[in-house]
Amino acid sequence: MAASDLQAHSYDVVVIGAGGAGLRAAIEASAQKAKVALVCKSLLGKAHTVMAEGGAAAALGNVFPEDNWRVHFRDTMRGGKMHNDWRMAQIHAQEAPDRIKELEAWGALFDRTPDGRINQRPFGGHTYSRLAHVGDRTGLEMIRVLQDKGVHSGIDVHMECTIVRLFVVGGKIAGALGYFRETGRFVLFKTSAIVLATGGIGKAWQITSNSWEYTGDGHALAYEAGAELIDMEFVQFHPTGMVWPPSVRGILVTEGVRGEGGVLKNSKGERFMFRYMPDMFKGDFAETEAESDAWVNGDRKKNRRPPELLTRDVVAKAITKEIAEGRGSEHGGVLLDIASKQSPDFIKKKLPSMYHQFKELAHVDITKHPMEIGPTIHYVMGGVRVDAETQESTVPGLYAAGEVGGGMHGANRLGGNSLSDLLVFGRRAGQYAAGKRGAPPAIPDAEVEQTMREALEPFEHDGENPFAVQSALQAVMQRDAGIIRDKAGLETALSELGKLKTRARDVGTTGSREYNPGWHTAIDLQSLLIVSEATARAALERTESRGGHTRSDYPDSDEKQARQLIVIKKEADRMAVRREQQPPIPPDLMTLIKEGK
Amino acid sequence: MAEQRRLRLFRGTRERGELKDYTVAAGEGMVVLDAVHAIQAEQAPDLAVRWNCKAGKCGSCSAEINGKPKLMCMTRMSDYPADQTITVTPMKAFPVIKDLVTDVSWNYEVNKRIPAFKPRKPDAPDGTWRMYQYEVERPQEFRKCIECFLCQDVCHVLRTHEKHEQFMGPAMLVRAAVYEMHPLDEADRRDHLRHEGGIGFCNITKCCTEVCPESITITDNAIIPLKERVVDASYDPLAALWRKLTG
Repeated sequence: MAASDLQAHSYDVVVIGAGGAGLRAAIEASAQKAKVALVCKSLLGKAHTVMAEGGAAAALGNVFPEDNWRVHFRDTMRGGKMHNDWRMAQIHAQEAPDRIKELEAWGALFDRTPDGRINQRPFGGHTYSRLAHVGDRTGLEMIRVLQDKGVHSGIDVHMECTIVRLFVVGGKIAGALGYFRETGRFVLFKTSAIVLATGGIGKAWQITSNSWEYTGDGHALAYEAGAELIDMEFVQFHPTGMVWPPSVRGILVTEGVRGEGGVLKNSKGERFMFRYMPDMFKGDFAETEAESDAWVNGDRKKNRRPPELLTRDVVAKAITKEIAEGRGSEHGGVLLDIASKQSPDFIKKKLPSMYHQFKELAHVDITKHPMEIGPTIHYVMGGVRVDAETQESTVPGLYAAGEVGGGMHGANRLGGNSLSDLLVFGRRAGQYAAGKRGAPPAIPDAEVEQTMREALEPFEHDGENPFAVQSALQAVMQRDAGIIRDKAGLETALSELGKLKTRARDVGTTGSREYNPGWHTAIDLQSLLIVSEATARAALERTESRGGHTRSDYPDSDEKQARQLIVIKKEADRMAVRREQQPPIPPDLMTLIKEGK
Repeated sequence: MAEQRRLRLFRGTRERGELKDYTVAAGEGMVVLDAVHAIQAEQAPDLAVRWNCKAGKCGSCSAEINGKPKLMCMTRMSDYPADQTITVTPMKAFPVIKDLVTDVSWNYEVNKRIPAFKPRKPDAPDGTWRMYQYEVERPQEFRKCIECFLCQDVCHVLRTHEKHEQFMGPAMLVRAAVYEMHPLDEADRRDHLRHEGGIGFCNITKCCTEVCPESITITDNAIIPLKERVVDASYDPLAALWRKLTG
């Protein structure tokens, strides 16, 4: 490899990923006077955060003064089936209000209460109306505010740049190697602090709300660098993705539809969610349609929330069951109806992009007709194991924030807790990463050259089309490691993934190195294979059902496995899986969770 | 057997390129981006195209479909007669990188130079502000912008006259309008808009408003009010004095 092929930069902090977490980390590191690079796989401002719809959860208490961090913490732990890292859940609930207010100081224009404060909307699993929002395009607002704050903070942005490897020398982070999509040329970042903010792994499945970027790069980079991954079996299926026409299958329909009064019905017209109340939430939700309607119509002190606002794992499984038992809609979903509950003006005002999306893509007017929806892969609760305070992984100098980090959401994430998570922990990661600055260890030239050589291998092969291998992988994960799993299926998935590994090694690509999606897909396949295997192995190991992990051969939660982590780590060339008991939740917080005070 | 559709795509780089014909099997509800992806996956793995959300929310897949600036993800194949070839070319107002991908980095440079948001002092002792829904609705319209740059692409000042050095274009005027009309903002961008931004180049043909996939009323709600502010500041000494006195 010619030396001229390689651009090199030195930074105090390199942030990989430019969604909410990455931007917030970069802004904080820059505020700490660090020299910061922000590396994004797409153009700036296009990351997944932009697609977030419903809102950011923070106990501001603007709508319900009785809300506070304790209630938010309790909701998060119960929603996470008590599997969450309690300290992360606590920090998150305590700091989220300040992070939201800070966005307002940076120019965010959230929807308002009548008295001029930030308005908050109800959402699944949250006791009170808690989500700061902007119609149904909250993520767009957040990313634009952070983007503008970032570009005025002196951060160097490297757009359309994919990182393929992290370098660890003497047990510490030393840098990262990537390539620019435009030119296909490599770039070496020398740094002693890296923040991973790469998002999730949803591209490993067929029916997904995630884009091409979501190939688990951060998870895989961390794994290859020797960091531990946890909770990889916990994958969130969002209950409401579009199902028809086929080309839009999986595209997200915001939970905000249910927050604003939308109801779920099966093909018999029955509001089935009343039949799926888990014991943990009995007494917290409306038990009749009349009570539910009264709540939707604004009488929220005397009435309880509709059962459609149960946590996502519960709703997704209920929908799956309705479909499996023959009560599904024409195209294999169920119906989400807001037309019969709210006026057309209200719907267009509160859910403008949903109105637009269904009108343009499905030719359905949601102010008149129900939407056909079904579960879609949305989010991975699992991720890089981090310290709750600093977000540092088990590799010194390597941090992770946002979706790529594990622990915060336990076995199931509440809607709205992601946008607040990425602000709270993005800031912390940036802060502590900036404190890690210093001369990084030198990266051996041979390692850099070997990495570049390996990355270019697809050009040497006259092999299989990488898109074919990617789509085969997605089919395996959808069939054998989807919403309902069992031992036989997961074992099949692992053996199929083994074969796919061989196929991925031999893929070939044609054309030049300039903006070549076939080549990019060949490289992304390596990450997809790692995260798919990690998910399947962890799912096989956890012999119970909990939150986003459901085993048909172990349908119940097992108290003996409660708060047990499945930890994944690379050992030699093997993916090692082990169990570890999490430290107990402190007694005062345990009382809070159990008794609500 | 599925219906076959013909597409003609630009293949090439800044230096040279050509239109190439492809045939794909069309499924129900298919959008142009799906067809381009099908070609990429099965016939031309090195076909360059940008995309992210596939739901009209990120503004990545901008191109020209039969010469009209559009998002590929929001344009259904069934909008065109089945016997017609659909031609997809990259945005004309920006340099081609490869195939359907253009170099839009200029927009990011222009945005960086817009004077930053500067809020007034907080209204409440806890450091927060009070704003009312009717006040935020005006700038919220501009925040719907997904930075697809289709308005830049259609704008004749950029597209035909290539005044990129002198005119920031409708997308960046919308960006400036967010802060100019933000209830809390105290920065003054009029000088920037007039000189560096070249707002005077816009002669209100409203092409930008027509192509906006977010239906932002770019000309009427963003550019014209900004023009009025600039004109007031520059040419009306009495008004300027009055503003100075009253703040």
